[in-house]
Amino acid sequence: MNKLRKIFATDSYIVPLVAIILGFLVGAIVMLAGGYDPIAAYSALFKRVFGSTYDIGEAIREMTPLMLTGLAVAFAFRSGMFNIGADGQVLIGMTAASVVGIKLAALPSFLLVPLAVIAAGLCGGIWAGIAGYLKAKRGINEVITTIMLNWIALFFANYIVRTFLLIPGQNRSEDIPASLSMTFLNSFFDNARLHWGTAIALAAAVFFYVYLWKTKQGYEMRAVGLNPHAAEYAGMNVGRNVIKAMFISGIFAGLAGAGEVLGVFHYQSVFAGSPGYGFDGIAVALLGLTHPFGVILAAILYGTLTYGAAGMSFGADVPPELIRIVIGSIIFFIAAQGIVRWVLKPFYFKRKKEKVL
Amino acid sequence: MDVLTLLGQLLNTTLVFSTALIFASLGGIFSERSGVVNIGLEGLMMFGAFAAAVGGYYAQEAGMGELAPWVGVLSAMAVGIIGSLIHAVASITFKADQTISGTVINFLAAGSTLYMVKLLFEGSGETPLLDGFSKFAIPGLSKIPIIGEGIFNSYPTTYLAIVLVIIVYLVLFKTPFGLRLRAVGEHPSAADTLGVNVNRMRYIGVMMSGMLAGIGGATITLTTTGTFAHNTISGQGFIAIAAMIFGKWNPLGAFGAAVFFGFSQAIRNYVQLFEWSKNIPQEFIYMIPYVLTIIVLVSTVGRSSAPKALGQAYDPSKR
Repeated sequence: MNKLRKIFATDSYIVPLVAIILGFLVGAIVMLAGGYDPIAAYSALFKRVFGSTYDIGEAIREMTPLMLTGLAVAFAFRSGMFNIGADGQVLIGMTAASVVGIKLAALPSFLLVPLAVIAAGLCGGIWAGIAGYLKAKRGINEVITTIMLNWIALFFANYIVRTFLLIPGQNRSEDIPASLSMTFLNSFFDNARLHWGTAIALAAAVFFYVYLWKTKQGYEMRAVGLNPHAAEYAGMNVGRNVIKAMFISGIFAGLAGAGEVLGVFHYQSVFAGSPGYGFDGIAVALLGLTHPFGVILAAILYGTLTYGAAGMSFGADVPPELIRIVIGSIIFFIAAQGIVRWVLKPFYFKRKKEKVL
Repeated sequence: MDVLTLLGQLLNTTLVFSTALIFASLGGIFSERSGVVNIGLEGLMMFGAFAAAVGGYYAQEAGMGELAPWVGVLSAMAVGIIGSLIHAVASITFKADQTISGTVINFLAAGSTLYMVKLLFEGSGETPLLDGFSKFAIPGLSKIPIIGEGIFNSYPTTYLAIVLVIIVYLVLFKTPFGLRLRAVGEHPSAADTLGVNVNRMRYIGVMMSGMLAGIGGATITLTTTGTFAHNTISGQGFIAIAAMIFGKWNPLGAFGAAVFFGFSQAIRNYVQLFEWSKNIPQEFIYMIPYVLTIIVLVSTVGRSSAPKALGQAYDPSKR
C-alpha cells in the first residue's frame, strides 16, 4: 500500500497529466478565439476514434509507426544523441521490406515475412549507424548527418522503387506478396488495417526497457548518454556505444517502415517529400519522457489525436491543424515543468502543511 | 544559350535559393552563440513565411503597391520574434530542455499558421497569390558579364542578406555586445561574474534568431512561391541549421554553406538542360548536395566547434 502511494505521490505522472489538460485547454482557447465550439470539436474527435470498431482498429494502425519511431528517437536520446533521422530510417526500412517482399516472393511466407522484417530492421539500423559512425569516428554532429541522410534516403528509396519495383505508368511499386496483416481480426474490426507491427512495437518497448535498465551494455549506454567523459574515464568505449545506440535506434525506425508497407499499404509509393514519420516520432518520444512505456502511452495519445483530428474537421468544422497546436502545447508544458509546478503550487503547499501537522 | 548567360543565371538562381538560408542560419548563429540550441528555425521560418503572406496581402489590398512586400517583411520580423519568445521563455526562464522547446516551436508553427490561414481565408489551405518583390538591377554593375546578371540583378532581400552577413560578423566579433553574447554561450558563469546579465543576453540571442528566421521565411513567400501553404517551408529550416553547423557558427562560414546549398538546389534545374544528364537517374542528381555535405564534413571538419555552454540552461547556483 505504501509502495502504491509512493507511485502516485511522485510527479512523474502528475506533470504529464496536468500538461495534457493544459494542452487541451490551450486548444479550446484557440478554438474559442477562432469562433469554434471546443466542446463539440473535442467530442467529435473522440467520437471519430471510438465510434466504431473499424475506427478503433484504424487508430491502432495509426499509433503503431508512432510507437516505433518514438522508441527510436527515445533510445538515441537516452544515449545522448538526437536522432532527427528516423524519417530516413523508416524509408530505408520500407524499401528493404518491399525489395525482399517482392524479389524473394518465391519463398514460403513463413520465411519470406520474417526475412522482409529483419531486412527492414537491419537496413534501418545500418542507415542510422552511418550517423553514429561519423559521430564516433569523426566527431560530426549527428543532427546535421541525420538531416542529410533523411534527404538521401528519400531520393534513394524513390530511385529503388522507380527503377526496380515500379508498376509501369503508376507512381508506386508492385503489390508486395509478403504481408503482416492480422487478417483473422478482419471480421471483428470491420477490415481495419491491423497488422503484426503493433505486436512488434510492444515487444520493442519491452526490449528497450530490459536492455537499457537490466543489462550491462545498457548501463554503459546510459552512462555514455549522461556523461560521455565520465563514461570514458570509467573505461567504457564511448565511440562503440554511440554507434551501437544509433544502430538499435535505427532498427526500431526500420521496423516501423516494415509495418507500414507490409501491414498497411502492401505497396510502396514514390514519395514527393518527407512522409513525416520521424518528426512525429520526435514528438512522441518527448511526450513519453523518453521512457519506453511512456512512449507507448504517448503514441496512443498522439495517434488518438491525429486520427481524431479528421473527425473534428468533419464534425465541428474545425481545421485539423488545431491538433498540432494541442500537441505542441502539451510538449511545451511537459518541457517547461516549471510552469506546471507553478500551476500545482497551491496543492503542493497544502500537502506539505499536512505533513508538518 | 551561351555559357556566360547560363553561368550568370545559375549564379542568380543560386542566390535566390540561398537568401532564405542565409537569413535563417544567421538567426541560428545568434541563438546558439548565446548558448541556446535552436532546432525551431524551421518553425520560425514558417511563422515568417505565413506573416509575410498575410501582411503582404493586406498591404497590397490597401493599395500600398511597391511597399507591400516590405510590410510583409516587417510582419514576418514581428511574428518571428513572438514565436521565438515561446522558446525563450521555456528554455531560458523555465530551464526547459532547449531541444524540446525548439521542437515545440516547429509543432506550434505548423499547426497555428495553417489554422490561421484557414480562419482568415475561409477554409482555403493557402493564402492569395502576392505580387511580392521584383528583381532590382543595380545601375552600372549589372552590366558586368556573369556577376552582373548573377549578383547585381537580384531581389532586394538578397542584397539585404549579403550586407547582413557582414554586419552580423562585425557585431559578433568587433563589438562589446558581440563579445558578451559569445561569452554567455561559452562560459556563462564567468560572464555573470563580470556583470553580464546572462539570461538577458540569451533572450536577445533567441529573439534575434526569431527575427532573422522570420525574414528568411518571408523571402520564400515574397520571392519564390508568392503564397503560403503547408509545403512552403519544407526542410529549409533544418538545412539552415546544417549550414550553421557546417559554417562553424561563423556568419561568413554559414554564408558559404548557405550558398553551397543554394547552388546545389539551383544546379538541379540546369543539369537537366544537358544531354549527358539523361543517363543519370534524377534521384542521384537530387542527392548531390546532401552527399557532398557529408563528404565535405568528413574530409574537412574535425571535432565540431560548438559554443561550450550550448544546450545548458544557466543556473547561477551551480558554478
